[in-house]
Amino acid sequence: MSTTIQPPAVSAEDAPERATLGSASRDYLVRVRGGDVGSLPAIAGFVFLVVLFTILRPETFATKLNWANLLNQSAAVIFIAMGLVFVLLLGEIDLSAGYTAGVGAGTLAVLLTLKGWPWPAALLAALVVGLVIGLLIGLLVARLGIPSFVVTLSAFLALQGVLLTVIGTGGTVPLRDPFILSLMNENLSPAVGWVMWVVVVAGYALVEVLGRNRRRKAGLASPSVALPALRIAVLAVLLGLMVFLFNLERAVNPAIKSLKGVPLIVPIAIVFVVVLSFVLKRTRFGQHVYAVGGNAEAARRAGINVNRVKIACFMISSTLAAFGGVLLASRANSVSPSTGGASTLLLAVGAAVIGGTSLFGGKGRIIDAIIGGLVIAVIQNGLPLITQRAEIQFIVTGLVLLLAASVDAISRRRAAATGR
Amino acid sequence: MTTGTVSPSGDGQQPLLSLRGITKSFGAVDVLKGVDLDCHLGQVTALVGDNGAGKSTLVKGIAGTHTFDGGTYLFEGREVNVTSPKAASDLGIEVVYQDLALCDNLDVVHNMFLGREETSGIVMDETTMERRAQETLKGLSVRTLKSVRTSVSRLSGGQRQTIAIARAVLWNSKLVILDEPTAALGVAQTEQVLNLVRRLADSGLAVILISHNMNDVKQVADTVAALYLGSLAATVRAADVTTGQIVELITTGRSGELGLAADREVLR
Repeated sequence: MSTTIQPPAVSAEDAPERATLGSASRDYLVRVRGGDVGSLPAIAGFVFLVVLFTILRPETFATKLNWANLLNQSAAVIFIAMGLVFVLLLGEIDLSAGYTAGVGAGTLAVLLTLKGWPWPAALLAALVVGLVIGLLIGLLVARLGIPSFVVTLSAFLALQGVLLTVIGTGGTVPLRDPFILSLMNENLSPAVGWVMWVVVVAGYALVEVLGRNRRRKAGLASPSVALPALRIAVLAVLLGLMVFLFNLERAVNPAIKSLKGVPLIVPIAIVFVVVLSFVLKRTRFGQHVYAVGGNAEAARRAGINVNRVKIACFMISSTLAAFGGVLLASRANSVSPSTGGASTLLLAVGAAVIGGTSLFGGKGRIIDAIIGGLVIAVIQNGLPLITQRAEIQFIVTGLVLLLAASVDAISRRRAAATGR
Repeated sequence: MTTGTVSPSGDGQQPLLSLRGITKSFGAVDVLKGVDLDCHLGQVTALVGDNGAGKSTLVKGIAGTHTFDGGTYLFEGREVNVTSPKAASDLGIEVVYQDLALCDNLDVVHNMFLGREETSGIVMDETTMERRAQETLKGLSVRTLKSVRTSVSRLSGGQRQTIAIARAVLWNSKLVILDEPTAALGVAQTEQVLNLVRRLADSGLAVILISHNMNDVKQVADTVAALYLGSLAATVRAADVTTGQIVELITTGRSGELGLAADREVLR
């Protein structure tokens, strides 16, 4: 603890401190040195891996077809990871998310294919199944106080059994509903892709401008124009580049079936990111999630109903996992006893953690799931192109997860060391 | 019961908080045995006493964490029934606990509004919260913070204590109870916090300061209430006693003319 007297600086209102590009980058450096690295390692890792695989396998990895493929491979994991961010923010874990996805997918497939339900009802039922699973886990964790590790490990085992029961003895339930299949297999037309680009960039810019105006009206220090302008520009360029690449013809033989446009899952994911980020950053509920993850006792004393926040987070997580299961089913055209099993859960946890969400709670964002999910996707997609040996793929993936957890733990230690 | 000789406030003004004959037992253990305490607006009342004297129990009862078994609890002259922390904060009583109860991962504004965030519709009203936080800190002449958007994890111990205290006064509180606010601080930071405590009282609030540090007590308190084994040994004007006399009151329950009658000593 420092015992030096802080210089009697002028208060913020006497001289509104303007966050210029220079001061913003200085602030950022201070944060990184203090252990708050955010998504930096994930973005660096993503760029590094893309460059590496492109150099090693230019003819297979860096193809337009493979880019779309990579996105589809990672979509389900990203959605499960977005849900896990809520649970991880509390400092809890949900090990059952993978099989929650499986049970959600199984419910959907059975209702659609075997019972002949219309897709909206079946989709809703799958999501409700997720919601109920989350409610049960949340009640056990919050009310009974069983560690979430144990509750969700039990659920992980039990839900495997539930999945087997749901899909019956047939083994695999096929999926033929055109809408559900379109989720992972359709593309936007190139024109609609650009409309999406305009809407997203303009929407983001609008939010920035409105926020600035409100602060100025309230007489608060407002950041310089440069910083938001830079953020908007980066978004516009990256998203524009993506739309441009996806709008190129990527079919092997376009004469038979043309294949171009942004995959439908991209706008769906953008909607989810916007809505969930809004919930976490702009609502009281989101604020309470961070508070409970940061200091549950402080949150309780401040009058926050900690149990209710916890239960809600598990419900959100499991519902999103069930939606991830729908995507798994859509991509595979079927549901099998292994849907959502194997490494699905670990990849989802890995995605959130690689993206910068802390395993210790209190720190994380929805966008982390996307960034980390893309890193995972590049590894999952690129490694098999380099080596067919499964043992090496397992070991490398495991090491990458361990690396991400280490970065998390080390930054936490640094934060503890620099926090006075 | 108590033979404290000095009337806590000479101006005859009605006390904000007035406790009479407060008792509290945990099972067979009588923790509070009929305590009288008055707190006045604009005054710092130091609550001193050795470990186990009943300070925490008394404060928790005032703040609604426990309920008292017996005695009257008058607030602004009316008898009130404080059975929950919520009831206490509705009256305008805020407690700043020793372990601060701040969330390290949130910024200063969000900590000050924790659990009571301002909203417009379903969205948190960040600008209103930030402006009110700045006004409150400015009103307390807090000038050591660079930005109210700094994460609390990056603040010093003194700054954290400042934020915790500022949070307590944000809610138009009338009585602020501080539980050993300087226990974990260095010299300069203790000075900062004590100045802040004095300013709270000078701005018209009633303050109860729990402290083990006699220098702190002598420096900021107007009145000293010494608890001894669950009874109020004496309520004295801080200026009228020496540090040594306060220590005697804490350790033996009396000091010369002050304190519990000698025969009570036998009961120990």
